[in-house]
Formats: sequence, C-alpha cells, structure tokens
Amino acid sequence: MTQTRILSRDQFTTGLAQPRIMDDLDQLEAQSIFILREAYRKLKPLSLLWSLGKDSNVMVWLARKAFMGHVPFPVMHVDTEKKFPEMYAFRDEYTKKWNLDLLLGYCPPVEEIDPSLPPAARSAARKTAGLAAMIDKHKFRGVIAGIRRDEQATRAKERVFSPRGAGHRWDVRNQPPEFWDQYATPYEDGMHIRVHPLLAWREIDIWRYIEREGIPLVDLYFAKDGKRYRSLGDQDITNPIESNASTVAEVIAELETSRTSERAGRAMDHESEDVFERLRVAGYL
Amino acid sequence: MGDNIVTESFSETHRAAATPIVIVGHVDHGKSTLIGRLLYDTDSLQDGKLAQIVESSRKRGLAVEWSFLLDSLQIERDQGVTVDSTRIPFRLGSREFVIVDAPGHRQFLRNMITGAADAEAAVLVVDAKEGAQEQTRRHAMLLRLIGIRHVIVLLNKSDILGFDEAQIVKVESDVRQLLGRLEIEVEAVVPASARDGDNIASRSERSLWYKGPTLVEALANVPPPASRAALPFRMPVQDVYRFDGIRYVAGRIERGTVRAGDRLSIGAQGQVATVAEVCRWHAPELPVAGAGESIALRLEPDLVPDRGDLLFPADDQAAAPERSARIRTRLFWLRGEPLRVGESFTLRLATAEHDVTVASIDAVVDLEDLTLREGDSVPPDGFAEITLAASHAVLFDPFSPGFGDGRGVLVDRYQRIVGGAPLIGPAELADGEHAIHPTASRVSAARQVQTRGHKSGVFWLTGLPGSGKSTVARAAELALSEQAINATVLDGDTLRAGLCSDLGFSPEDRHENIRRAAHVAKILAESGQVVIVALVSPLQADRAQARQIVGENFHEVFVDTPLETCEKRDPKGLYAAARAGKIPEFTGISAPYEAPVSPELRLPADRPEQEAINTLTAFILRIVQP
Repeated sequence: MTQTRILSRDQFTTGLAQPRIMDDLDQLEAQSIFILREAYRKLKPLSLLWSLGKDSNVMVWLARKAFMGHVPFPVMHVDTEKKFPEMYAFRDEYTKKWNLDLLLGYCPPVEEIDPSLPPAARSAARKTAGLAAMIDKHKFRGVIAGIRRDEQATRAKERVFSPRGAGHRWDVRNQPPEFWDQYATPYEDGMHIRVHPLLAWREIDIWRYIEREGIPLVDLYFAKDGKRYRSLGDQDITNPIESNASTVAEVIAELETSRTSERAGRAMDHESEDVFERLRVAGYL
Repeated sequence: MGDNIVTESFSETHRAAATPIVIVGHVDHGKSTLIGRLLYDTDSLQDGKLAQIVESSRKRGLAVEWSFLLDSLQIERDQGVTVDSTRIPFRLGSREFVIVDAPGHRQFLRNMITGAADAEAAVLVVDAKEGAQEQTRRHAMLLRLIGIRHVIVLLNKSDILGFDEAQIVKVESDVRQLLGRLEIEVEAVVPASARDGDNIASRSERSLWYKGPTLVEALANVPPPASRAALPFRMPVQDVYRFDGIRYVAGRIERGTVRAGDRLSIGAQGQVATVAEVCRWHAPELPVAGAGESIALRLEPDLVPDRGDLLFPADDQAAAPERSARIRTRLFWLRGEPLRVGESFTLRLATAEHDVTVASIDAVVDLEDLTLREGDSVPPDGFAEITLAASHAVLFDPFSPGFGDGRGVLVDRYQRIVGGAPLIGPAELADGEHAIHPTASRVSAARQVQTRGHKSGVFWLTGLPGSGKSTVARAAELALSEQAINATVLDGDTLRAGLCSDLGFSPEDRHENIRRAAHVAKILAESGQVVIVALVSPLQADRAQARQIVGENFHEVFVDTPLETCEKRDPKGLYAAARAGKIPEFTGISAPYEAPVSPELRLPADRPEQEAINTLTAFILRIVQP
C-alpha cells in the first residue's frame, strides 16, 4: 500500500486513515496502560494483586493490553480462605485461560490481629498481614492494586505510585508530589511502591469497560432471587444488595440511577469513622 | 480499506471524558464550602454522603457544614485543614466534571500541584473582603506554570460586602490586574456566596447589577481540550519488549498521528526507521494511532531504541523538536532547602532522563507583587527562571499550557521530585562565556550507602591556629577507619602544599583557599566519602559560603581552644614569629577570628585531647551510620 507519509493539514480531508476519536473509556484505558508500563519498567520485582473481583479482572485485562496479550509478572492472590466457592473456581479457570503466573498467599488467623479493631475490620486486617508476608517473602518493589478514588474517601487521597516505607506503612501526611505523569521510585531499601492503575476509574466506568471488552466475571455480581453482590469481600463481612440486574447491561442501567455508595455492603466501613484509614495506614488496600 | 474502518458510527456512542476542574485559593477563603455547595446545588451527592455530613456535623454539635464533605480523614478535622487533594465527580446537564480540591495550607504546595496538574480549568476562590492574599498569588503563579488554560475567579463571601457593586468592582479590578501580569486569561469574575448559594448554581437576588455568568454557567462554558492530532508526531519511547519473537516499541503518543509506512527519526542519534505496524491487543485493527493512545510499534529495520528516545517525523525539519544542551526553563521549587547554582539533578522529560546542572538562576519571582528580580537562590516553594546545562543535547518541545510538551521535572539523588520545570527554549550562550556541561553521578545516594556501608558528610573544623584541628581530625580519621568508615582529611597545610600552593594569606586568598577546599569536600562527599576539613577558616562569611557550596551535608565543628592556650602550645612556632612581626595577618594576633555562633559541635579546650577525639568520632558516627 502506498501512502503519503508526511502529515499536513490538507491531508486531513484527503482520505488518509484517521485515528479514532478517543472516548472516556479509551482515555482511561490508555492512561492505565501507561501506568502499568511504567511500573513494569521501573519496579522489579513486580506483582499484581488479583482479588478475583471485577476491578482486579479489569486490571489483569489492562495488563494484557499493555503487554500484547501477556502478563509478564506474577499475579498474587492473598487468600483469606473465606471467599465464596464461585471465586475459587473462577481463579482456577482463568489462571489457565489467561496463562497467569499465580502466587498464592495465606492470611494469619484472626486471633493474631490487633484486638482493638472493630470485629469486621479485624477480620479484614487479616488480608493486610497476609499481603505483608508475601511482599517480604518475594521482596517485591512494586505491587499493583486495583483501588479507585471513588470507592472510599481515604482512597481518594492516594497517589498513582504510592510509596510504602518500613513496615509497609502509608504516610498519608507526607506523600511525594505527583504530576505530569512523573511517578515516585523506591529510594531506600525495604520500601515498596503500591501502583494504582485504576485510581481515576469510577465504578460505572469499570462496568462499561467490562461490557465493551467482554471481560469475564464471577456470577455473584449478577442478581439471583432479587439479590446480587456489588462488591466482593469475605463471605462473612460482605452483604448482597437488593437488585434484579442479571446482566452487565442491567447492572450499568442500575448504577446510572443508583445513589448509594458501592461499599455500602462492606461491614467494616460502617463501624467507626476512622477505621478505614487506620486499616489503610497499616497497609490495607 | 483503512478509511472504512475509521468512519464507523463512532459519534453516536462517544462519551467525552470528565473535565477536571481544580479549586484553589488562600486558606479560609471558602474552597471546601464551595465544593460542598456545588455538589448539593447540582444534586450530585450520593445518598450516603449527605447523611455523613449531617451525622458528622451533629457529632460536633454544629449546623450542617458543607466542608465536612471533603474532610473525610480524621487527621484533617483534628487540624482543621484539608491535607491532600480529593477528586469529586459532578454533572452539569450532560457534561461531567471532576472537582479537584487543593488545599490552601502553604506547606502543602506539592499536594496542590498533584491535584491541579491535570486540570482543564481552575476556580480561584478569593475572599471578596480580604482580596488576593499570599496564597492567592502563589496559586495563581502555579496555575500558570503547570499550564492551566482557563481560570474562573470566584469572589466568595461577597455577602459581607452586601454585594455592593462599587466595592466588588474594585476587588475584581485588583484580581484581574494580578492575573494579567501572569498572562492568565480570566474567563469570568463571579461575585458569590458559597455558604448561601448566591451566583453558584442560581442567579443571586442580591447582585442584580451583575450581568456575568453564575459559577455553574462559567464552568459549562469551559471549552473541551484542544486537539493535539494536527501537531507533528511525538512519541517518547517508554519501553521495548519482545513477546512471541516480535519486538515492540511501546509508548504513548504525546501529539500528532502515526501511520504504518511513516518514516520516523529516533532520538538524538539520528537513526531512521519506518513504521511496519501499529500494534494493539484486543482492539480494532487500525493502521493509524493518534495523540493520547498507548500503543506499540513494530519498526523496519528492527532497531532497539532506548527508553526516553523521542520518535518524530523524519525528513521534515519543520516538524523536528528543539535540540539543545542548554535550556532555559521556568521553575517551581518544591524542596525544603533553597536551590543554588551548580546543583546537579536528573531532568525527567516524559520518559527521558538527562543529567543536568543549574548553570544560572536568571530571575526569581517576588511573591509580593509577582515581579521578576535578580537572585542567587530559589527559596522553598519559590518560583524562578533558570538555565540548565545537560551533559548532551536534549530533544524537546517548549512548554505550552494544555499540552504535554516540555514538562520537565527535577529529581535529586535521593529520587525525590524537587521541582517542576516547564521548558522555555534553548538558552543562548553569552559572548565569551564557555559552555560547561558538568555530568553527575548515576550512582544513587542509597546505592552508595549500600556499597560503602555508611553515609557521607562534610565535617568542617574551624578554630585558631594551634587549636588542635589537624591533630583531632587525623585521630578521628584513624578511629573511624577502625569502624570500617573511610574518611578523608583536608587540612590547611596539606592543601597549601599542593592544590592551593599559589595562594597567600590575604583575605582574598584565604577566601579562595576555603572555596577550593569546600568544592573538593563536596566532590568527595558526593562520591560517598566522609570528609573532615581542618581549616582555620576565620571568617563567618567564608564558612557560610562553604556551607552553601557543600549543601545539606555540611556540619560545622568549632575547635574551641582559647588564644592563650594556642599561643602557649605554639607547635609550629608561628605565634612567636607573629608576635615578632615576622608573619603579617596572623589569625588571632594581627587578623580577626570570628568564632561560630551556633556550631553543630563544640570541642572545648578544657578537656583532655582524647576526649575531643572521642566526641568528634562519636558525632561523625551518629550522622554517617545508616
């Protein structure tokens, strides 16, 4: 095929192939790919937290976009052993289908967790301890996590590249500046960077992207007998919502009119005003 | 073929991305209140959120406080200031916005930049009664430097002035003049009360004289981002991969368009390749990609560019980027210590990294009136124009508001981002000036600590001749070596025997002697070495200059031996000679010695010498041990 190769204003009207106009999902996708590629280049060893929920599936998908169908680093599932059976089946199926290098981590029993935390938060903090053990064991310098700003006010304060110091603590008052797509890199031993490629996405963006790309999900997100899960945590601290949305399109339609927050079904968020921040400073996602 | 693909009915499903709006202004001028009010007036609150505000307000025994909506962190409420930027979506008709709340508290400038850098437009909140304050000017300056194109001014709390036209017009004219000096185009100046809702979403009954837009109308008028598609192509290489036997050159297109068949120049070396394929995974196959897309290219021949190499159209001089090893740049400075000439950094420019040195500080912004003044340092949170010298030619496009070009960021040896540098253009070299392009070490400070087992530092011993500086320094050097710490001693006589053998003892020569010693100490410390300098260095001003040259690694140690003791010891017979008039300008006898006012360590003379050695060794160990 012969083409004129130098771009000029006139040629815009002469039938040369034009780039697509990027819509909001295209822009989010391009930015997330950029972030994932930065992480892969700058942070070694690197791994991606795969919680088996909708957001982390989107994240695995975006990694495949960034790396031409491959995920060139391990994905990590930190198992509380209290997930829904459907989630374990999903994990095993897609580890194979997507050719993932899966690392499994386990969480200490709840008795070993800070007893001053309210019960549901204490249960959730098990995951933090399990994650910390995995990071130490594999000496990860980068951990990719699927949190979003719109989920929870404390997460709205996050950086795309969020440094974690000794003991994996998040120093929320002393975060580095982050602008013009220039991200923090590790500056001392023992620290790692949490990478958040989905920070700018909203819940509805995730669902519209799942619809557009045909990304598979655990069935629990879809209504059965008038109830479905909007957010998936451990079985004992996650509650389903009233809903008849049984397809991705119906979930999107439901969200477009919904005015309650996504984590309404997560018990620990409601126990006290500052509990979520306490969890996050200690390393919770 | 390709033409058919791109004419798909895309416009019907097209959804524009949300427009980011940053809200800035002086502390207590009402930013958080404004955001709470905007969300309420535009019906953008989630059900749970309003209940949260009511509950939080009730717990504190207050009426509904709009600002609580944002103060979601416990620590913020304890301090009464917003700590970091937050993003909140809201909708006006069919258009979506994201509000970025930026704190007004001065020490949190870096958080404000983090929030504001991506914004398309800014609302600058100014208290109508107080007018522009220090942070108003600072934030306005920053809006210009980070490249915000559209600024709406909200004169908040106008109710305090009773919405009086004459008073408000006066404040408006002051603010317009201020922003005019920064070449910022003001979209609207809206007299308003965020607390009561006047001229926010609905027109106020209290300002019937005002014919301009409400805040919401002004926001709706913000035009969509300018298209970058028609500009010459730029893609900084982000990485190069090899998957399934194919080499991919990955990156995000900063501007322009690329098509299969295009001939591209690669970086500064002048290699040229043709685009064999525009590659994506799980996406419509298109032989073309435009600005903003993260793609991968297959090149023919199959070259391996480096990360940071800029790809741009070959064979078209007009479409090529600037190329210079000296660059003039604006600067917003984020480090806690001032910036000085001669400091070295990594300049990050998109994915490229260049070693640069600050060749000159050309002007510093006076934050009282935003004028440019001469200056030899840039204070923390300050603004300036400087010249950077790189170790090799840098390809770049000058900074332009609303575009990704020329967004330089300075990073120090600790990998900290210490400044933003919107590049202005190549720097001209003054006649007769030699262009020097110093290089900086690629070894990070952390790596040095790792290989050496200790940190570096410069310990500057000052005191009268014969006070025991060299003796204590040499003994400490030995004691440190027993702890596996490498130290170098630079003492006066040793320097004067070689490096400074051309110098005498006039004030000018002493000054030069100290300047040279400080530079040598700096070079050694930057390579990870512990340096003990033993120099009379009698003048406060000379030691201050040494501190300036060395930087934050400088530690002043006063060997505080009184004149009588020194003269009594007189190990080299110098005092006797000076008293006899044989040595002119001898410190303590015929030349002044200015004792340090607040040295970091004082070694008193009334103790045995071994104690001074132990004290100095312990002091150094405390600082250099990791």
